[in-house]
Amino acid sequence: MWSDQGIAMKASIAAVPAGGSAFLRIEGLSKSFVPGKPVFADVGFTLDRGEFVCIIGHSGCGKTTILNVLAGLDAATGGHVFMDGREVAGPSLERGVVFQSHALMPWLTVRRNIAFAVQSRWPEWPAAKVDEQVRRFVSLVGLDGAIDKKPSQLSGGMKQRVGIARAFSIQPKMLLLDEPFGALDALTRGTIQDELMAIVRQTRQTVFMITHDVDEAILLADRILLMRNGSETAAGYRPGNIAETVVNPLPRERTRAGLHHLDGYYALRNHIVDFLVTRARAA
Amino acid sequence: MKKSLRLRSALLSLALFLAFLAVWQVATQSSGAAASQAGMTAEQIEYQKMLGKDPGQVKAAGFPTPAEIGATAWKHLSNPFYDNGPNDKGIAIQLAWSLGRVALGFLLACLVAVPLGFVIGMSPLLQKAFDPFIQVLKPISPLAWMPLALYTIKDSSTSGIFVIFICSVWPMLLNTAFGVASVKREWLAVASTLEVKPLRRAFRVILPAAAPTILTGMRISMGIAWLVIVAAEMLVGGTGIGYFVWNEWNNLSLTNVIFAILVIGVVGMLLDMAFAGLQRKVTYVE
Repeated sequence: MWSDQGIAMKASIAAVPAGGSAFLRIEGLSKSFVPGKPVFADVGFTLDRGEFVCIIGHSGCGKTTILNVLAGLDAATGGHVFMDGREVAGPSLERGVVFQSHALMPWLTVRRNIAFAVQSRWPEWPAAKVDEQVRRFVSLVGLDGAIDKKPSQLSGGMKQRVGIARAFSIQPKMLLLDEPFGALDALTRGTIQDELMAIVRQTRQTVFMITHDVDEAILLADRILLMRNGSETAAGYRPGNIAETVVNPLPRERTRAGLHHLDGYYALRNHIVDFLVTRARAA
Repeated sequence: MKKSLRLRSALLSLALFLAFLAVWQVATQSSGAAASQAGMTAEQIEYQKMLGKDPGQVKAAGFPTPAEIGATAWKHLSNPFYDNGPNDKGIAIQLAWSLGRVALGFLLACLVAVPLGFVIGMSPLLQKAFDPFIQVLKPISPLAWMPLALYTIKDSSTSGIFVIFICSVWPMLLNTAFGVASVKREWLAVASTLEVKPLRRAFRVILPAAAPTILTGMRISMGIAWLVIVAAEMLVGGTGIGYFVWNEWNNLSLTNVIFAILVIGVVGMLLDMAFAGLQRKVTYVE
């Protein structure tokens, strides 16, 4: 029934080097809110250590659900997620999450928001050490001046930076980013993308990120998963899945400003846009 | 601009107050001397006296003038702590009794309502299970509990405290449950990804998130408690500002009754301001 998608799947797995020893392995993942009509089914992919993977697709295809399952915040209907050889069952400090809505606690200052995370990670740390860690990560996102401000006093971009600092401050094994720049204006978004890339390169963090923005995916990701929505076909309902995995051929040291001058940029961009326009949401 | 608005409103308040006093003064004065002996012959006055209505004394027994209230207030406030036996105590002592009862009943209500509201708010099952009881118990006038309280507790003072408890408990319970139930899911998600333990989550995430709503409930409860204590003390008697009002009514001393009404109003306002201040402290801007 889903033969064409099965071929795509095999192709994508084959494209991943050393699938068995992958850092994060997702196998046969499915989720249905209505029984018998899963939003997505048989989703499988892997992430290597230090790899930056973006998933791109239309709303409703189940990207956020996949991310929530990886985070342990949601339970899949079927399938397994393994991180570092162990099955993911519930939320863990080993996976930092940056939420789309930044999810800062408005009654705490920036310092105390991040300290809350650091204390959760290392409850035995003395206050001075916690504060040192907090200040380190606040300055990593360039917010030293705003450390004692409440989130309501910050702009949207600054709040999202704090969210990123909080996720990094617990030094997780991997980061999950749920469309972190979706609510930001284009200029702010560009600046924070550059910052995020710098921090990720510097910390060699493994990252899984949801985005709607093709350029954002091309700039940040080593690999881009293209996900299509579930749809009714002549042969019956076809659940959503990852239709294709695109390996980013651009050099790893790339910048937002120089992105469109790189060879292969337009080919890659056109390929993804074509996918989103024609194949992601089969009529 | 803002300051001038404040100044102008204060001036207007003062003008309204003075106008009110003037009307009061005029109204109470004319009812006295003007209507009394004017146009009456000596025989008519004599006849009135035989009927037990002394026209010359109408003023003394009538509605007090603002000046008389002022004098009474000064008398009470200059010596608030005297104690001349059960029916004659200083205003501060009476107030202390009332405030003590309210504080005790309110505190007990807090101890029950906040933890219970927390549990109810966290569990949709309990929320649904408790709902019919709360819906039935909430609209009962606290004073309707009085006979039952007097019969079971047998102590009038404790019954007063119980009545305060029962009237304060509902707004706090409902608001706590509502506040806890509507804590943003994303903050709870943050707490779970950080593997925060349940107790720490309750105190560091849910409590501060729900605190403004909980304090709103407390403020409403305190307002109701202060309304109810006066009525309760009128019923149980003995001490307190409510009993003072009742006692002075029996003495037919309207001056003292009016003074007590003013005191009740001012104390109620101060209590409300105190809770408004607390509320401001825990309110956050998103």
